[in-house]
Amino acid sequence: MSNKQPTANSQWPIANGYLDMELLRFTTAGSVDDGKSTLIGRLLYDSKSIFEDQLDQVKQSSNRMGLDHTDLALLTDGLKDEREQGITIDVAYRYFATPRRKFIIADTPGHIQYTRNMVTGASTANAAIILIDARNGVLEQTCRHSIIASLLQIPHIIVCINKMDLVEYNRDVYEKIKIDYEVFASKLDVHDVQFIPISALKGDNVVERSKNTPWYKGSTLLYTLENLHISSDHNHIDCRFPVQTVIRPKNDKFHDYRGYAGRVAGGIFKPGDEVVVLPSGFTSRIKSIDTYDGPIEEAFAPMSVTITLTDDIDISRGDMIVRTNNQPEVMQDIEVMMCWLNSMGPRPRTKYILRHTTTDMKAMIKEIRYKLDINTLHRIEDDKNIKMNDICRISLRSTKPILADSYKKNRNTGSLILVDEGTNETVAAGMII
Amino acid sequence: MKSYSLTHLRELEAESIYVLREVFSQFQNPAILFSGGKDSIVVTHLARKAFFPARIPFPLFHIDSGHNFPETMKFRNDLVEELGVRLVVGSVQKSIDEGRAVEEKGRNASRNVIQTITLLDAIEENQFDVCIGGARRDEEKARAKERFFSHRDEFGQWDPKNQRPELWNIFNGKYQQGEHFRVFPLSNWTEMDVWQYILSENIKIPPLYFAHEREVIRRNGTWLPISEFIQLDEKDQIIRKKIRFRTLGDITITGGIESNADTLAKIVEEVAAARQTERGNREDDKRSETSMEDRKREGYF
Repeated sequence: MSNKQPTANSQWPIANGYLDMELLRFTTAGSVDDGKSTLIGRLLYDSKSIFEDQLDQVKQSSNRMGLDHTDLALLTDGLKDEREQGITIDVAYRYFATPRRKFIIADTPGHIQYTRNMVTGASTANAAIILIDARNGVLEQTCRHSIIASLLQIPHIIVCINKMDLVEYNRDVYEKIKIDYEVFASKLDVHDVQFIPISALKGDNVVERSKNTPWYKGSTLLYTLENLHISSDHNHIDCRFPVQTVIRPKNDKFHDYRGYAGRVAGGIFKPGDEVVVLPSGFTSRIKSIDTYDGPIEEAFAPMSVTITLTDDIDISRGDMIVRTNNQPEVMQDIEVMMCWLNSMGPRPRTKYILRHTTTDMKAMIKEIRYKLDINTLHRIEDDKNIKMNDICRISLRSTKPILADSYKKNRNTGSLILVDEGTNETVAAGMII
Repeated sequence: MKSYSLTHLRELEAESIYVLREVFSQFQNPAILFSGGKDSIVVTHLARKAFFPARIPFPLFHIDSGHNFPETMKFRNDLVEELGVRLVVGSVQKSIDEGRAVEEKGRNASRNVIQTITLLDAIEENQFDVCIGGARRDEEKARAKERFFSHRDEFGQWDPKNQRPELWNIFNGKYQQGEHFRVFPLSNWTEMDVWQYILSENIKIPPLYFAHEREVIRRNGTWLPISEFIQLDEKDQIIRKKIRFRTLGDITITGGIESNADTLAKIVEEVAAARQTERGNREDDKRSETSMEDRKREGYF
């Protein structure tokens, strides 16, 4: 064969269609019993994302475990211990695509002892699927998942009322659960909630519209996932550009080039914009927004670009380029909703490394204000003994100010983690209030 | 109103570039694990984009099993020259000669497992504190549990049940003396995404990925290429077939598939219609149900 590589051409209808896809990240939380694995299995299977050799492996494992059916949960449980014990220990990421969208599922176990995994999965999600067993209605677990989705500000919630086949596709059952959920959700900070009656096992309203629910006029689950309006999930108003690194090629062609590399965390940047660099406060203008493929006219979240300025100012990693008339808050006493992730609770007066956008510094937990009961939203003020999976409101004091927004306003500039200086482990995740 | 959204490929690209820049900022001595396969080629392409107009600030780090496709070696050398980066080679043959590793024997012998010894030795010798790899979560069930920033202890081992939680896009690359990290910028990419990206960017890849005629034998349901390293016995029948490779590894364990896909566009179509995973043709993954997890725990790629 020739050495010359065949070049791309436009004569490939399938591939062209796929190139226009958007990316949607969603999380599913639930226990084995409510049909989560069956639902994921169905989505993967019906979108032809399960390969024959994967299915063969799952069949063999099912046989070896003495099961009389092929357990699709084995597709998502990847580690030896998980397969042996039949539990999901960690967040598992699954991928499938339709011609419209590519999907990333963060599949997390729903038990209370795995709150930290649910929080992890929720942190990057555009949408959450909350499963309710039609026979059981709204349970503690439903509330827990919803509260986490609300705390983590997942923009879209899809409540799937599952196992409709076991309640004879009864509309009243569906309507009652819907009302119960709406009553509960009114206490939460969620905006886009949709309800779908499904049977993951039988396939009703998952990919195909069901003939068993003629009273349901809404969309199937897959259609809903394909059509959620996600382009406004990013903040396109408040311009934030945390500098990751400075690019200085120092070669002949780009001798004096000085570019600030980073990922847009919010807003829309354009060449000519008047900007201020924080924390120094120097002002300048954007000279160019560069990429390997050439300069571009605007940059918005979540693009990775390199910005050059008209003035030579001293900028380094951890600095933030913002618009003069719209600046983040400068805070050193930081109010945070925190999820504790480590098996060892916080030690009194310990200093942690606080990581926020592209910067880090030391910080101390000054006060634990209250613990949150994540089944009921009640504040527990008399028990301040923090353990793994606890969610609590705390006050942090950092050694130098951070440039932040509230988490509600911007997930990128409103989130932080704490790292234990001794073990280097990530021990807590925080959402700035 | 204008819609500010990215296509899935642009969003994945932005995420990977962000990860590569974090590696550069958080570590002292990174290297790109380069096998000559499509995934490490895409990682290298993304690194070029991440630091443009500067040169890639990492060396390419190749674990040379000695059982290579000659086409891959040529590709590697050409790319190193084009990019002007340093090449660091860890040689499995050298590990065997020095008695650090013992070669497997028998008909299905491969150097896949002992590569880990060479890899860990070379990491120590070169004092790399992070190796950037092209592994993806969709490849294999143990890999589905990988973090972007994956911590390795002082023995190079991965402890899948004791991983650091990774939230939002905040990465924690802190380590103690003697430990290191593996970073996987393509974590969220699928095989399809990689091919679509290679197509849309027209990234150069080794000719082995395109359908071509080659002498092969049938073994364990796949077409293994004839090379000086493969042990033949009387049952093996050598035939010429038009095949291509979906993954590239050691020449002794990388099976080809029958294919007529001789352009990138045709490969994308073929991948879209495929009913087997790409690693289905890799002998190294077939040894047991948890062979990838076992090897990864020991420090494998």
